[in-house]
Amino acid sequence: MSQKVYIALQDIEDARPIIEAITDDNPHAVLLKYPAMVRIEAEGKLVIKRETIEEKVGRDFDLQELHLTLITLGGNIDETDDEFILQWKN
Amino acid sequence: MQVDIKTTEMKPIRNTYGHIAERFGDKPASRYQEATYDLQATDHFHYRPLWEPEKELIDESRTKLKMKDWYAFKDPRQFYYGTYVAARAKMNEGAEANFNFVDSKGLAEKLTDSVISTVKECILPLRHLGLSANMNNSEMTAKGFGTVTTQATMYYAMDHLGIAQYISRIGLVVDGNTGTSLTQAKALWMDAPYLQGLRRLAEDTLCCDDWFELFVAQNLVLDGMMYPLVYESIINSIEEQGGTAISMLTDFMTQWMKETKRWVDAEINVAAGESEYNKDLIQSWITKWSKRATEALAPLADKALGASGAAAMKDAAQSLNSRVAKCGLSL
Repeated sequence: MSQKVYIALQDIEDARPIIEAITDDNPHAVLLKYPAMVRIEAEGKLVIKRETIEEKVGRDFDLQELHLTLITLGGNIDETDDEFILQWKN
Repeated sequence: MQVDIKTTEMKPIRNTYGHIAERFGDKPASRYQEATYDLQATDHFHYRPLWEPEKELIDESRTKLKMKDWYAFKDPRQFYYGTYVAARAKMNEGAEANFNFVDSKGLAEKLTDSVISTVKECILPLRHLGLSANMNNSEMTAKGFGTVTTQATMYYAMDHLGIAQYISRIGLVVDGNTGTSLTQAKALWMDAPYLQGLRRLAEDTLCCDDWFELFVAQNLVLDGMMYPLVYESIINSIEEQGGTAISMLTDFMTQWMKETKRWVDAEINVAAGESEYNKDLIQSWITKWSKRATEALAPLADKALGASGAAAMKDAAQSLNSRVAKCGLSL
């Protein structure tokens, strides 16, 4: 059985464009709402793209800004300046 | 004793304002959306303005451009007052640091005479052009329709005040804080033959009644050609002559244009995409004003760049042309 990757972000104004970008770029992802938290789960792989977030926020975005709203995540991370990828590498 | 911690979720009663929900769906809205869309009054005005009694105080018919929805526009930078001020404060910090650096290293004293005379003759007079850009955008803000456009034109107006101030400070840097270069630049702006076309154009834009035509003339065409010419070609040539200090001091303008043209292009794209009628209209304005801008800027290019002035004008036109081509328009 494959394990899901997930990322949880605070449910605040700053995180909204990031959440939107993730759900746009990963149509297979499932969005779960909790009090003050949004958890996004996906089979296989989650890709967070800088470019999509930049489009939503209307300014340059550094993927490290993700950490300002990040609560937790599960998966092995592949990180570049343009993409933040979560997947399990067994 | 065992303590169970239970969470209770408190849902907000509403996600956003009714008019925002109507437009974007009932979900949490961004601050930009709430501070922008459907903000301006559209109906039930009181007296008609004494200065134009045939129209309402805020009236769609102040431009020939026709939009079904004046909020079809969107500023890709998503500037409302808060984000605009924060973005500019950051840019100003960078610019201040550049001025301090040039000052502390005494870089201004190392500039050659030819660089200084190009700055004095071709850059400093442009602070007066900033005034008409400021007034024109204030005019668009006053006569325009839809907060999504008019708030951005107001920021554009303020940006030009800021840029004119930076140009003035460059003057003070090169004349040792005496202000003589600014007096000289004003005299050039009023009388020097190579600037009279530009001054005439600035004055003609001030008399342009249609606010969206003014947007095309000032923000798209004139600035769209003047910025690449001055802040790319002329500054590059100054840099090649050892004027790196000047290029540092004009970094604000370069950054500003790079950022702001995204909004201008988005505005044109939506307006021209609305209908063939709009597209033809905007095309006719571009044709009319780009001809004027080319004539007005060419003497300045020649003055600053000599033999390569014509090539720089071509680059400037090409730069603007590649922007409007994306909307199916051309110079």
